[in-house]
Parts: sequence; structure tokens; C-alpha cells
Amino acid sequence: MSSERELFRTDDTQVQTETRDARMTGQGDRFNSKLREVFGSSPFILTKFDKFMNWVRGSSMFMLQFGIACCSIEMMHTYAVKHDLDRFHAGVPRASPRQADVMIVPGTIVSKFAPRMKRVYDQMPEPKFVVGMGSCTISGGPFQEGYNVVKGAEEVIPVDIHVPGCPPRPEALVYGVAKLQERIANGEASPVTVKPYELEQFGDLEQDEIVDELASEIDEEDLVMRYNWADSP
Amino acid sequence: MSSLQEGEETPEIESGETELEALLDDLIVDRDDHENAPAFVIRPDTVQETLGRLKEEAGYDHLSLVTAEEYPDRYESIYHLKKFDDPTDEVSIVVPTDAENPVSESAEPVFRTADWHEREAYDLVGIDYDDHPDLRRILLPETWQGHPMGRDYDQNRPQMVPLREHANPLEDDHRSESDSDTMFVNIGPHHPATHGVLHLETTLDGEQVVDVEPDIGYLHRNEEQMAQQSTYRYQIMPYPDRWDYISAGLLNEWAYARAAEDLADIEVPEYAQIIRTMGAELCRIAAHMLAVGTFALDIYGDFTAIFMYAIRDREKAQNILEDLTGQRLMFNYFRLGGVVWDLPEPREEFFEKVRSFTEELPELLEEYHDLITGNEILQMRTVGTGVLPEEVAKNYGATGPVARGSGIDYDIRRDDPYGYYDELDWEVPVEDGCDNFSRLLVRMREVEESAKIIEQCVDLLEDWPEEERNIQANVPRTLRPDDDTEIYRTVEGAKGELGVYIRADGTEKPARFKIRSPCFSNLQTLPEMSNGEYIPDMIAALGSLDIVLGEVDR
Ligand code: SF4
Repeated sequence: MSSERELFRTDDTQVQTETRDARMTGQGDRFNSKLREVFGSSPFILTKFDKFMNWVRGSSMFMLQFGIACCSIEMMHTYAVKHDLDRFHAGVPRASPRQADVMIVPGTIVSKFAPRMKRVYDQMPEPKFVVGMGSCTISGGPFQEGYNVVKGAEEVIPVDIHVPGCPPRPEALVYGVAKLQERIANGEASPVTVKPYELEQFGDLEQDEIVDELASEIDEEDLVMRYNWADSP
Repeated sequence: MSSLQEGEETPEIESGETELEALLDDLIVDRDDHENAPAFVIRPDTVQETLGRLKEEAGYDHLSLVTAEEYPDRYESIYHLKKFDDPTDEVSIVVPTDAENPVSESAEPVFRTADWHEREAYDLVGIDYDDHPDLRRILLPETWQGHPMGRDYDQNRPQMVPLREHANPLEDDHRSESDSDTMFVNIGPHHPATHGVLHLETTLDGEQVVDVEPDIGYLHRNEEQMAQQSTYRYQIMPYPDRWDYISAGLLNEWAYARAAEDLADIEVPEYAQIIRTMGAELCRIAAHMLAVGTFALDIYGDFTAIFMYAIRDREKAQNILEDLTGQRLMFNYFRLGGVVWDLPEPREEFFEKVRSFTEELPELLEEYHDLITGNEILQMRTVGTGVLPEEVAKNYGATGPVARGSGIDYDIRRDDPYGYYDELDWEVPVEDGCDNFSRLLVRMREVEESAKIIEQCVDLLEDWPEEERNIQANVPRTLRPDDDTEIYRTVEGAKGELGVYIRADGTEKPARFKIRSPCFSNLQTLPEMSNGEYIPDMIAALGSLDIVLGEVDR
């Protein structure tokens, strides 16, 4: 814990870009692991091993314990008695993103929270998957027209499965998770395009009115997220 | 502009009014009465003087809400005052300020609760409060450009939000080399103990909390703007469900319904009132169950039996509510003038279901008491920790179980009756331990009382003659309350006094819609309860406040 260390300035901007590129092309490295490298080039073993790994991934999912808004109440019900998501090999909520591989985004994302969510997402190890729960994560839901609400989780992070509803019933969420497992087991990665809101260093932004205005308040090296509300859907 | 309060309260208010006029004689500039209370206009540099006199000499010890609005020619802050002894005795202080240079004196030295309320007014509307200890943005990011509830705000303008901002006790973990015990810790905004997306900036001295500052706004969903864009009759009603989303939907809907019905003079049929009362209390049970469950979760730190039991019992309440309203969580069941539909058929089956739920409850609560309140570990963690003395609670405008756990006998359902509550037989549980344990006890006892209320409602509904089952009053398709009428009405939500202020401008949408969130005021007391205590006690105190961020941030 040296005092010189600058916080929130990390090297994982690099990782972010790779993740994004991989996702834009559709498959690529998303499912790769260190083990795969070890197995080297033997195609037969590789295929079998991939299949096996995918099956394992789909059948043992660690969920991130992540509550945002109203949908998280239904998410809690999904984890708890009666609906018991654990029955579907997906019921171990982890409090730390570093131990989780699926993130359910349960709720409205607002401008102040979006950078944090991006941060949490970036902290999860690959391969990682995202289930967007509720209309808010699709489009901003009932608050779509508001001044402060990000118009869908996909503006910030890639989403694999959308579960519509406001809030979706626990059964719907279970179905969404089951669908995700199916895709993972089949080795399908969704070709997700991430929309423009990435965390960038303030100094790298194009000069414009807003940048000028904020230049005195924000440090060159700070990570920022820029919202172009007019371009949002 | 109507100048009189309707109904039975008229005479006493009137005599009170002359007294008030005498008390504030030299300060009053004008009158601008609201539907719910007399309102006096004062100069912006006399706010402390006026509120001080009202608090000390007239006994208005509860600053319920601060509303701010921008008009074409001026800014206006309104202080809604009440008495903890009698919430029907209200007065509003209107403070107009200059359009060019909106500076108004802060009320913070008189009422601590004004601190956050005024910061919010500054953030969203743009009024400057002189003499305010810490006037910064509260809901929006520090770098936000413009004040979104102002008149000339351009919503399409790009905005920039840095990641670093607001995070900053972390810039350096230790204050200095020589003082290695002082540490800064961020808790949240993504942390299981914060019950949502709350960010606590804490300064620790060893294991003790020196200072904690709640940083909110991570779920600010512009609820007020949404309501201002929607029509009274149908479009606003779905939003209240999302304020306090812990199943307290009907309680919130009632807050809006009460304000709008009083504004538009709508009389709700008795039968509908009983259904409303029953539904609302079911919501209260569900909400308190989650509060108790997550509180235990905070204390014991795992998804243990208590949490699962609480969820199990919530499921039962939610099932009944689903039968009644058609939805598990976002009910949208109230309409102005009544409810949307009658009880589900077959009625006997429904009553049977409700009865078996309420009959089971005492036994279930027994179980909870065994597991929670009778548990020595929990007692050690909660008795005598997170102390919130009565006077402090009042100063911060704390209400609901938080106030009742501090010995303040204040419950809107009884003191300012609405619905069918005054016809029924029930009690307001009050505990005077002022600690975490008392707040827990209050919630558990409230569950019992709610069950009593529900049982009585079921009895009434069962015997209600078939031809008199009137679920909705005749309300015109579009509502246009008179121009320039203002009203502020509160109900007892799951977390406390939940209020709605509406200013009508003669159109079918409100000109200003302001929500008084009980959690917003309650959360403000956290530093009072935890400064100087151990860090686990702070977590317990936060759990016992039972905040829900959807309502804190709105
Ligand atoms: S989708 Fe609906 S229930 Fe879910 S977070 Fe958004 S508003 Fe709340």
C-alpha cells in the first residue's frame, strides 16, 4: 500500500480493448484458457477438451452478487427458497467480481453508476458472461426519457442474454440463465457490439466544448465516461 | 388559489393561523396558501429567523420537506413544517429568490435535515444556500453541467463522468506516516452490506469509525422528471411502485393517490379504501420481512435460515398480492378514486388464503423471535449500538420505524388518518431503546399489527353487501386540477413518512412533482449513530435503518 500509487489508473485499459475486440468479431479468444495453450496443437484433444470445458463452464456458474434496483429484489427471490437457482448449477453468489463468471445486471443504470459497473465488469476474469435483467438493462425501461439514465446496459458492457420484464418474474430469470448455459455449452459466444461508452483517459478525448469546460476539474489521466445523450437510442 | 383548508380541520387551523401571523408578523411579506397548510412568504435572508421562531415558539419541530422550483421570474424554496405531536398541524414557508442570483439563507443551523434537502435543491434546481456547511452536488456527479430541473436545461447535451470522482478517501490509505492507525475505506457502491448502490466514505481509527459520509446518487432515476412528464390520471401511477421497490408498491402508490385525490377533490368509496388498506398492510409485512431478513444477513454475514425464512414468508405475501393485483412486485393497482379491479374470484378462496397467512403469522414470528431477538449473538451486536437519541432523530426528520425505535410516537396512519385506518383497531409500536435492537423490535411488532389490520379488513370485505362493492369513484378521463394549486400530503410508507408535493398549473400534468422520501432523511442520521463506534456496529446501524436506494435517490 504505497502512498504514491495512483488509484483507478490501471493497465487494464489494455485488457478492456482486447475484450472488446474479441467480442466484436464474435468468437475468437473468448473461450480460451491457459490450459488450452498447454494442450498445444493436437486438434482432436483440443476439440474434445473444448467441449468438455464448455460443458463444465455452463454447469458450474458463479454469479456475482450484484444488486442495483428493483429487479434485484426478484433476483434475490430467484436465489432463495422456492425458485432456488442453485438447482440449475448457477446458485453460488460471490461477493467479489474476481471470483465470479456471470454477472446479472438487475436494474437501472444511471450516469454516476455506469463507470462503476464497467469497473466491476472489468474485474471479472475471462471468460465472463452477462445477463441483463429487466427492461432497464435493455433500453432504460420506464426511465428511458430521463436525463440521468443510461439507455441500456449494452451502452456500457456487452450483454449475452436479455431478460425482458419490469421486473421479470423469477421464472423468467431462471429461463434466461438456462439459455445462457445452453449457449455456453455449445460454445457460442454472442457477437456483441459494444456501444460508444468506454472508459477513456480524459487526455485522450477529442477537444470540444465540454472537454474545455471540464479541463480544470478533471485530471488528464483520469478515466472518464462520456455520454452522448442525443445519440442514445 | 384557495386559502382555506377543507374539512374538519378548518377552525383550529384558522385560530392557529392568526397566532402564527402574530408570531411572524415582522417577517411575513405575503400569503400563498397551499391546499394542506397556510403558507407564508418571507424574504430570503430571514429563513433562519423564521424557522427558528416556528420551531422554538410554535412547536413546529419537524421539517418534513424542502421543495425547490424555478419559475420564469424567480426561484422558490418551500419549507414544509409539521409537528411530531400532531402532523395535521402544518405550515409552509415560501422563500422566493432572485432569478439572476438565486441565493437564499440555509435552514441547516435550525434543522439538521435541511443539509441534504438543500443540497438536492442546489443540485437539481440550482438555488444557492448561504451559510450552508457543505453545498455540493448530492445526486448527480460533481462534473455535471447544468441543473436538470431548471427551466433551460438541455437534456441532450453530452455529459462526462469520471470514475475517480467521489471515490476519494482512497487516494491515500493512510493519512500520514506518523499516524498509521487512521485509514480511509470505501464501502460500496457495489457492496453486499450497503443494501443496494450506496457509497460510504469512511475514515477509521483502528477499528473505530471516526467519520462516515454517505455518498448517494448511484440510483438517481429522475423519478420527479418522469412524473412531471406524465398525466395525473394514468401515467404517473406506475412510477411510485419503483420508489421503494421492496414490495412496498401499494404504500407508495397511496402517497401519490392521496396527494392527487386531495388536489382534485376526489372522494374514494369506502369499499375501495378497505381494499387499499388491506393491500397496503400486506406490502408492509413483505417489506418488513425483507428488512428483518437482510438485517440478520448483515449481522450473521451469511445466507442463513433467517434470510431464507423471510423470503419464504415474503413469497406468501407476494402470492396474495399477485392474486389481488396481477403482479408480484410492481402492482400498479391503485387508480385515482379507488383501485383498478375488485378482489379476485372466487372470493372465498382469496379470503381463505389471506386468513391462513395472517393466522400463521404469530407462530412464524415466534420462530423469528427465537432465531433473532432471542439470540445472544444478535443481542450483543445490537443492544446499545447505533444509538439515536430522540432529539437527534427529530432534528434529522427521521420517521417510521427509525423514529419509533427512538421513542417518538409518530405514525401518519394514526395521527393524520387516511384510508380506513381510523375505523380499525390496532396500535403503534414504540420502543425507547434508541438502538439497533429497538428498531428491529419495532419492525417485528409492526408486522403483528399489520396482520391485525388485515384480518379486520378481511372480515369487513367478507360481509360487504354485493351491490355496494364500489371500487372506483367517478373520475373524469383527464384531470386538470386548478391552476396554481399546491398540495403536500404524506402517508406512512414502509420506511416512514412518504410524501408527495404537487403544484398544478391547470394542465393535465403536474408542474412540479416532489417526493419526500423517508429513507433520504433517515440515512442522514447514519454518521450520528456510528461515529465513534466500531465498524461492525456501523454496518449493523445501516442495516437497522433499512434504506432502499430507489427511494433515497429517486
Ligand atoms: S426493469 Fe423495472 S423492475 Fe427492473 S430495475 Fe427497471 S424499473 Fe425496476
